[in-house]
Amino acid sequence: MANVKGSSVCRTATDEGKPADWVPGGEKQTVVDPMKMFHELPREKLFITGSEAARESMRRANIDIAIAYPITPQSESMQQAGYLYDEGYIKEYYRAEEEIGTFSAISGASRAGVRSLTATSGPGLMRGMEAISSWPGARTPIIMLNMCRVINTPLAIQPDNIEMSFMLNTGILLLHAENQQDFYDYPLAAIMASEQVDVTLPAVVSVDGFFCTHARGPVEVTPEEYKLPPRDGWRSAVPAMDNENPPARISRDAPIQKSNFISYHMHSSWQQEVFAAVERSAKYFDKYLGGLIEVVNPDAEDFIIASGCAVSQAREAVRQEGEQGRTVGLVKVKSIRPFPTEQILDAVKGAKRILVPEFNQAGWLHKELCAVLYGRCNAVIKDGPRVFGGMTMPTEMVLEWLAEFRKEVK
Amino acid sequence: MSEVKRYNIRMAGIGGQGVVTASHIVSNGVVISGGFSSLVPFFGSEKRNAPVESYVRISNSTIYEIGEIIFPNVLMIFHPSVITLGKSYTMPFYTGLKQKGIILINSKKPIPFTRDEQRELEEKEARIYYLPATEMANDLAKTDLATNMGMCGAISGIFGLPDPESLAASVKDRFVGKGIVVSGGTAALDSAIEKKFAKKQKLLEANQKVLDASIQYAIDQGWSEAEKPAKATA
Repeated sequence: MANVKGSSVCRTATDEGKPADWVPGGEKQTVVDPMKMFHELPREKLFITGSEAARESMRRANIDIAIAYPITPQSESMQQAGYLYDEGYIKEYYRAEEEIGTFSAISGASRAGVRSLTATSGPGLMRGMEAISSWPGARTPIIMLNMCRVINTPLAIQPDNIEMSFMLNTGILLLHAENQQDFYDYPLAAIMASEQVDVTLPAVVSVDGFFCTHARGPVEVTPEEYKLPPRDGWRSAVPAMDNENPPARISRDAPIQKSNFISYHMHSSWQQEVFAAVERSAKYFDKYLGGLIEVVNPDAEDFIIASGCAVSQAREAVRQEGEQGRTVGLVKVKSIRPFPTEQILDAVKGAKRILVPEFNQAGWLHKELCAVLYGRCNAVIKDGPRVFGGMTMPTEMVLEWLAEFRKEVK
Repeated sequence: MSEVKRYNIRMAGIGGQGVVTASHIVSNGVVISGGFSSLVPFFGSEKRNAPVESYVRISNSTIYEIGEIIFPNVLMIFHPSVITLGKSYTMPFYTGLKQKGIILINSKKPIPFTRDEQRELEEKEARIYYLPATEMANDLAKTDLATNMGMCGAISGIFGLPDPESLAASVKDRFVGKGIVVSGGTAALDSAIEKKFAKKQKLLEANQKVLDASIQYAIDQGWSEAEKPAKATA
């Protein structure tokens, strides 16, 4: 990317008011194979907040440009991104005017072929949704961190992950982080998957705001001297666009914008290709995350299927049930798009009861599960418990629901 | 495997007392000592004198749960007005307290509970401990800002977790910070930090006095539950 002086080097020490011998932090890092970073490098255990975990993830992600507009609870992470910019781990960073501007600009950055990061929460996501839903069709690998927050009136800043349901049918890759550790690991995996030639799609890593972003927990991080390989703009399903020499095209392919028989076919095949690319990303997530799901107690009759923070509550419920001599299984769904249909079916083939606790009112995960398990699984699927509007789901609540479920379904 | 021990602490106080800071210090202290802990503050607008809550989980094994603690077995009340004026997000203040739970209250004298409160606390068999934390802070650190140190110290005295050494290390982490190393800064910045550091060193000493006194206070009162009662000083 060029700076105002037309130089191909983004930042010089003098530009930044640094000592003449200043070297950007990113330039001191060594590129490492992603599989080595995810599975082999030694890890140091830190006790940090989710926002700090996001910072450590960004530090190792070789990000060319970050653009964001502050909104609680995302703002703490993007404030941390400011430190990374100052230290030279992120090459360009600015606060856009608002979310439509943010998500339009980040799309332009990605089209130019550089690794682009943004982040938002609840209402900010909703505001930018028009731009966001244009990303997959434009085949723009972008990483977006999404710190979930209540979106409906009355206004609230509290955690609630209903906003994730708005992204399910966009063609975006969507991971759901359970805790601070996942919020460190998943963005790195999502970046690498999204930039594969046969994927070339934006990826979102959602996390339940506050419960993870503002709370401290253990996070194991790889040494900071290693970073992901850079994005190769040319390794892409579509060519990177030259945004600097006019005329810069707004659309990928102008004929699609016409209304005629050919354009309808082009558009439908374009959409089919986007959703096929979502499915193709599964093999990369499988490799990077060690599976799209995690299964605890695979032989159980009672199962909990959950994503995000609900997994943590379920884990504790599983532990306490175990203390009482009852085996309860757990399926953690790491990836919502692609949805791990076959893996879940296989995991719950012996299940009699499936409980789906969620941190939203609509129960989008329950609906997803019913859609894929209908007619293919003998278990009774119960939707709940659900908390929303910022509520916490105490483990006691999950235990009560399990006890009730056992009475209902003998 | 040894029995899983779990303390779920809900801290309540008023804005400016350092309740959230206290939760970071206790939680970090437990991690330093080799135990498991997680903490989550209550998320709202932060302003002086407004109700504040923060939640800390302490255990000798991995903690999975997240979020606010609805059913605590320990309550820390940093200011009497949490109870007497209802300055609390949780009303009444003991809502959700588990049977035989501990309530540590910063107050020199017992709080006059209402008849209903008294009855419910008795039904819960709550153990109520009064700690004159603000008086200790004023006497020893010459500022009521160290009230939270008194509350942290008492927790160490009661549970032995975090132990006094780890608690002291945690306080140091918080106020001096691991990030004190100057990175690419100018000489002017260095000297500014050095000045600040000298002040912080004093702050640490004052805080430590309150910590030591409150740990000892908890032990003297016979509140200690630790298998090996903590020594009073780090």
